Parts: sequence; structure tokens; C-alpha cells
Amino acid sequence: MQAAASMTVRVRPAAGLMLAVGCVLVLAAISLFVGVADMPLGDLISGDGSAQAIQLLLVSRIPRTVALVLSGMSMGVAALIMQMLFRNRFVEPTTTGTVEAASLGLLVVALLAPGLPVFYKMVVASGFALGTTFLFLRLVSKIPAGSSLVVPLLGLMFGGVINAVTTFFAYRYDLLQSLATWTNGDFSGVLRGRYELLFIAGGLAVLSYLAADRFTVAGLGESFTRNLGLNYGRIVASGLAIVSMVSAAAVVTAGTVPFLGLIVANLVSMAVGDNLRRALPWVAVSGAGFLLACDIIGRVVRFPYEIPVGTVAGVLGSGIFLFLLLRRRARFG
Amino acid sequence: MIEIHNLTKCYDEATVVDDVSLKLPESGITAIVGPNGAGKSTLLSMMARLIAPTAGRVLVDGLDVQETPGAVLAKRLAILKQNNQVNMRLTVSELVAFGRFPHSGGRPTVEDKRHIDEAIAYLGLNELRDRFLDELSGGQRQRAFVAMVLAQDTKYVLLDEPLNSLDMKHAAAMMKLLRRTADELAKSITVVIHDINFASIYADHVVAMRDGRVMLEGGAVDLMQELVLKDIYDTVVKVREVDGHRLGLHYL
Ligand SMILES: Nc1ncnc2c1ncn2[C@@H]1O[C@H](COP(=O)(O)OP(=O)(O)OP(=O)(O)O)[C@@H](O)[C@H]1O
Ligand SMILES: [Mg+2]
Repeated sequence: MQAAASMTVRVRPAAGLMLAVGCVLVLAAISLFVGVADMPLGDLISGDGSAQAIQLLLVSRIPRTVALVLSGMSMGVAALIMQMLFRNRFVEPTTTGTVEAASLGLLVVALLAPGLPVFYKMVVASGFALGTTFLFLRLVSKIPAGSSLVVPLLGLMFGGVINAVTTFFAYRYDLLQSLATWTNGDFSGVLRGRYELLFIAGGLAVLSYLAADRFTVAGLGESFTRNLGLNYGRIVASGLAIVSMVSAAAVVTAGTVPFLGLIVANLVSMAVGDNLRRALPWVAVSGAGFLLACDIIGRVVRFPYEIPVGTVAGVLGSGIFLFLLLRRRARFG
Repeated sequence: MIEIHNLTKCYDEATVVDDVSLKLPESGITAIVGPNGAGKSTLLSMMARLIAPTAGRVLVDGLDVQETPGAVLAKRLAILKQNNQVNMRLTVSELVAFGRFPHSGGRPTVEDKRHIDEAIAYLGLNELRDRFLDELSGGQRQRAFVAMVLAQDTKYVLLDEPLNSLDMKHAAAMMKLLRRTADELAKSITVVIHDINFASIYADHVVAMRDGRVMLEGGAVDLMQELVLKDIYDTVVKVREVDGHRLGLHYL
């Protein structure tokens, strides 16, 4: 009897995660077959025009779907890691100036060395993101604890200032249009050969699982971390490096999706808690699922036109974000 | 043994711990008492390498805490600070399990599980072990933190006001538990404590601080004198003997 009880406890979380993975696979399959260009399944199987259908699948639909999955999972993971390092539930790369700094970095490259291969553009952008986020973390540590809403507000202002600088130069040098695509996620332009850097972001998200315990301990605070004999500074540095590279990869490919990571990380925290060993896989899977769902909605709502996924996620996301804010306030006074 | 040599901490102009030298014994309970702002927490944090001293050094079994690798020290010395603002959703047993991190490196063995279960049972948290920390009362959370530090199973345990937000029953139970741990497992437990009567009854060794200096070092009997207490706390405390224990009455 007791053995049976402990069995179900042990089996159920994994089963839930498997179910979630199943849902993401279904969404991914739908994503492959929804689009402006018709691609009936029948065409793929029968011979009729199948060469064209396969071409479409390989060049556009598969890259788009894979990009969505990689972005969604890495943005969720980046947000969760950031929330541990800042010890604040309302931070993520778009509420701390990280993404804005990455865009600024990309703009600097576009102005000074436009011919640079895209990988190096990403490296420069992550450098900007890392420096800025580190600066912001230092700034935040000076704020008295207990004002958890001040941090994201300050972060949004901070990002706003950086964005103003970027916009000024983008305007002067006629790059406003590029700027818009960096920060407002849109996966309609994703084609083979233009999204592969996202594999780096996805890889980092998977790799961060190895340090899951360390990030959880960091979330308990510097004293706990040092008491357990861990190097707090090193954990923070590696976490911020992951976050910066993920953000930069998003900016140079399909763009970031505001609030996606923040929402996913909060929902997962409510459901399974903050032990990153358990939460990270959930955040990765839910992030991918949420982004796929938003993108599919964006494709079908005004068919045959597309609404960028950033807009869909922004509308859905700000609603959920407000709900979370009010709920937290209600719980903790 | 923990040896403290000429330890000093200054913030800007203010000297909050002033040239303190102490030796804390290999086992037993040491109580650190003193008024608010005396420098007790600062002293404890420096002993546990959480903050760097302005001058002086601390040796734990001969190891300089500032120079010894954190992972080595974490198996010998554990600290629980006074205020622990943790707003993470971890369950009690997950939190306590992190106390084993210095030993397990995140892969708990049977031995680690035994320590975790023991610590949880010791602090009467069996019923609460799967509850999230943010769903506990202040005293329950405090007990969970103490369980985590005990699970770390170090020879030296530093606790800054472990009786914080505990009710009468649990405060007494906590002191008894510390007493038993010190006796049975031969540990050296140092507690910062405001209730001098708990110090009087349970401590083997007392250190009284005021204005960053050590005013008194000795047994509980040395502390529980009306003149001594007046000197340390600047307030009149009557001392009476009850059942062989000297108790201070500061309510009058
Ligand atoms: N980071 C800091 N910067 C400046 N002053 C500090 C800092 N931390 C502590 N102090 C000062 O050092 C003195 C000693 O503080 P400490 O926390 O060690 O006192 P305490 O004996 O633990 O008091 P309590 O019983 O209230 O916990 C206080 O006057 C405090 O204001
Ligand atoms: Mg104190």
C-alpha cells in the first residue's frame, strides 16, 4: 500500500512532463501544416506536386517550427535562471534591459562592421547584454529588499533609456526597420540558413540543467550559497552568461518575445515549485508550447495574413502578467 | 576549536566589532548575548566567512576561514543567519536536502537521505515535509532552516537567533534539541540568543558583547549576576534561583 503510494508520487511528475511533451509535439505538427501556401498532407504522400511540398517543408515550415521550439524553451529557461539570480519573480531579459542592450550591440555592429558574419554579430550582442545585465544586477542589489515590483519597473526604465539611444542612432542611419525585427519576435521570415544560431540558445538551455542545483541554491541568497561552500560569484557569472547569449541569439534571428519567459516561469513555479531540477524541464517544454501556440494563433486569426507572434504573445502575455501581479499582491499583501 | 584573533570590522568610521579574541570549545553550547547592535551577528558572519573582516583572522581547526576553499569549510562549519528572506517555492524536504549539498554534490546517497530524514524528524517537521516554504508560518519556516543546517552535519554550527519567532514550546524544544545534539554527537554549537534565561539553563559557555567588544567570557553563572547584567544591558534585571537555575527577571 505504502509502496504503491510512493510509486504514484514518483511516477506522476514524469508522466505529466511526458504529456506536456506530447502536447508540444502535436502543436509542432500543426505548425508544420498551417500557412499561407497550401500544403495538404495528401500532396506529400501522393506524387502530385510533392517535390514542391517537400521543398516548402524543408525550406520554411520545418525551420520555422524548430526555431519556435528552440526560442520558446531557451527564453523560458533564461527567464527562470534570471529570476533565481535576481531573487525576483518579475524579471526576465525584456524587463532588465538585457534585450535592449543586445539590440544596441547589434546596431553598433551594423554601423561599424556590417559585413561581420552573423555568429560574430551574436557574440558582440551577447557582450553588450552581459555587461548591461551585470550592471543592472549591481544596481538592484543596492535597493532595499522587499520592494519586488520596483525591480522590473526600474528594469523597464533602464531598458527604455538604452532603447532610446538605439532608436536615435537607428533613425539617423535609417535602420529603424531592422531594429523593429530584433525586438518584436516574428517567425514568418525564418528560413533554412537563417535561424541555426538558435541551436546555440537551445543547447545552452539544455546545458543549464547540469547546474540546476546551483541556480536553485543561488536563489536562496548569497549567504546560503556560501554556507554550502559554493562560489556565488561564479554561479551568477555563468547564469548571466547563459541569459545574455540566449537573448543575443534571439535578437539576431527571429527576435525576442516580451514576457514569454516571465509568464512561463511564474506559472511553472506555481505548479511545481522552484527546485530547478524539476522546474527547468517544465519551463523549457511550456515555453516551447506557449510560443508555438501563439505563432499558430497569429497565423490563423486573420488568415491569409499573419500577426507577428510577438504581438499575440504580448496581448495574451500582458493579460496573464496582470493576473499574476494581482494574485501575488493578494497573497503577500 | 574555533580561534578568533583580534577580529575587527569597520563600516566607514564606525567600528562594529572591535579587536575581539576568543576561543570557542570543541564541543558544547556557547551562547553569545548582548544588546541590539552589539556586533553579535557581524562576529558570527565573519566567523563563517560570509563577510570579510577589516583586520584579524578566524581559524577553524587551524584552517583560516578566509583562505580555506568554501567546499572544505562547508563540511566543518555551518551557519544560519538571523534574517532569511527566502521567497522561493521549495518544499521543506527539498530545502533540508540542500543542506547535504557539501557532501552529496547534488547526488544524495542513502547516507544523505538518512541525515535529511533525521533532521526533519528532529525538528518535528514530518507532517510539513512536502509543504512549500511560502505556505508555512514564520516559526515553522525557522525550524525548516535549522533542519537544513543540522542536516549539513558539521562539527561547528553557528545559529544567529534560532529562537526567532518560535513559540514557548518550540523555543524550549529547540534548546533541548541543541543540547542533545551537542552532547550526543559531540558538536560545538554557537547560538546568538536574546533570552538570557535560555543561555543560563542550556549554555556551557557564555560570551557577552557590547559595543563591539567582549564584556565577559565564562560560564552561565558568571553572566547571571545582577551587576554584570546591568553593565551589559544598561537595565536592571533581578536574578532569582528557581529549581537550581539562575533566572533573570527583566519584566519587573
Ligand atoms: N552593512 C552594514 N553597514 C553599516 N553598518 C552596519 C552594517 N551591518 C551592521 N552594521 C552596524 O553594526 C552594528 C552591529 O550590528 P549587528 O548586526 O552585528 O548587531 P547584533 O548584535 O547582531 O544586533 P541584534 O541583536 O539587533 O541582532 C550595528 O550598529 C549596525 O548598525
Ligand atoms: Mg543580530
